[in-house]
Amino acid sequence: MNLALKNIQLPLGAFALELDLVITRRATGIFGASGAGKTSLLDLVAGLRRPTRGRIEFDGDVFTDTKARIFVSPDRRRIGYVPQDAALFPHLTVRENLRYGLDLIPTEEHRVSFEQVTRVLEIAAMLDRRIDFLSGGEKRRVACGRALLAQPRLLLLDEPLAGLDSGLKSRFMPYLLRLRDQFEIPMLYVTHEAGEIVELCEEVVVIDRGRCIAQGPVGDLFVERTEQRHELRLPTKPA
Amino acid sequence: MDAEAWRIIWFTLAVALASTALILAPAVALAWMLARREWRGKSLVETLVSLPLVMPPVAVGLLLLKSLGRRGFIGRLLHDVLSLDIVFTWKAVLIALAVMSFPLAVRGARLTFEEMNPRFEQVARTLGATQWRVFWTITLPLGWRGIVGGALLAFARALGEFGATIMVAGNIPGHTTTLSLAIFRDVELGNDDAAFRFMLCSVIFAFATVWTSELFFARRRRLA
Repeated sequence: MNLALKNIQLPLGAFALELDLVITRRATGIFGASGAGKTSLLDLVAGLRRPTRGRIEFDGDVFTDTKARIFVSPDRRRIGYVPQDAALFPHLTVRENLRYGLDLIPTEEHRVSFEQVTRVLEIAAMLDRRIDFLSGGEKRRVACGRALLAQPRLLLLDEPLAGLDSGLKSRFMPYLLRLRDQFEIPMLYVTHEAGEIVELCEEVVVIDRGRCIAQGPVGDLFVERTEQRHELRLPTKPA
Repeated sequence: MDAEAWRIIWFTLAVALASTALILAPAVALAWMLARREWRGKSLVETLVSLPLVMPPVAVGLLLLKSLGRRGFIGRLLHDVLSLDIVFTWKAVLIALAVMSFPLAVRGARLTFEEMNPRFEQVARTLGATQWRVFWTITLPLGWRGIVGGALLAFARALGEFGATIMVAGNIPGHTTTLSLAIFRDVELGNDDAAFRFMLCSVIFAFATVWTSELFFARRRRLA
């Protein structure tokens, strides 16, 4: 995959998101503190926000180009989005949530099947349940399944483990690993937890106050302090 | 109550219902535009929409009279092109009620849209749904209680409208007399018993409508 964000500018209140980067690895982590601009980056890629300046290109398709006045609407990008709060549609059942995007796509274009998603994410038993009756972890799994079934070319995951306790987090991580390995859909994974990036991603982009301050293989940018604790190690600038 | 009193009650209910039906779609569309989009002139439109809430109703009525009368721009156009006369007919009552209750319908729907998590609509867009489809499958099913609550308030406002109606439609027995106009007329003529009966009807209708709208708003708040 090749995702290019060129000369991007998006005002974010106290500062502006200013990015110029190319992402090529299948599982890339977007790492940074809360409020650094990580979710805004995903919103730009998904087409939920328009930059004031810049160009976004994915696998040769121009999504946004402010100079050429190009803006492809979110429904035509085929970008799956799992927001932080899952945002499952509360008036629909789990099955209806899962099928929302799937039913909008011609059958011949289905690469990911309903059965495959419900099996891998273990949600087959809850298909007729209302959203209110799901636990936090179940909601995240359904949200991942819903995004996958819309047959995306790229999956955006915005802190899918945020708000879960450590037990739930460790139980949820295998689903994310399966999602990465079995569906072969490139993903951008936003988090402020170093451990999640190390476990899941090949490459990492570090965002600080709207700017990319480092990008590279996970092994180069994170150092293991203890068995389960990793720390960011930014490269020192040459003198 | 005599036949004329029943006729006034039915006419008031029918014209208030018709005015609510008339404004519902544009009110919901405008409310969505105000809640979800930033556009040039938005604050001006917001102000214009709210004006009937704060302006003296007779002033609104005068504006309607001047624009819908045969010498007014719209009135002349309607008369010349469609041979349609508005003022001092039931159509004028309908327009007066619609104009005066429009802000309440917009407010109810707008509050609902503003309280709704915008991520629902955004995620639906990323799943391949067009804006129109998102509106019908996500926005409306999640927001209908607030929209109905606002529409009921608008209906209640229409039931009690007086100032604008008397200016643009007059108080013509058998043609434009609504409950409020009938109360005014009967008090002026000294028919206190009749006025009291109409007043009682107004209170019952207003109470039932506002109470029902509160139930819808309360349910909406619980969901939000």
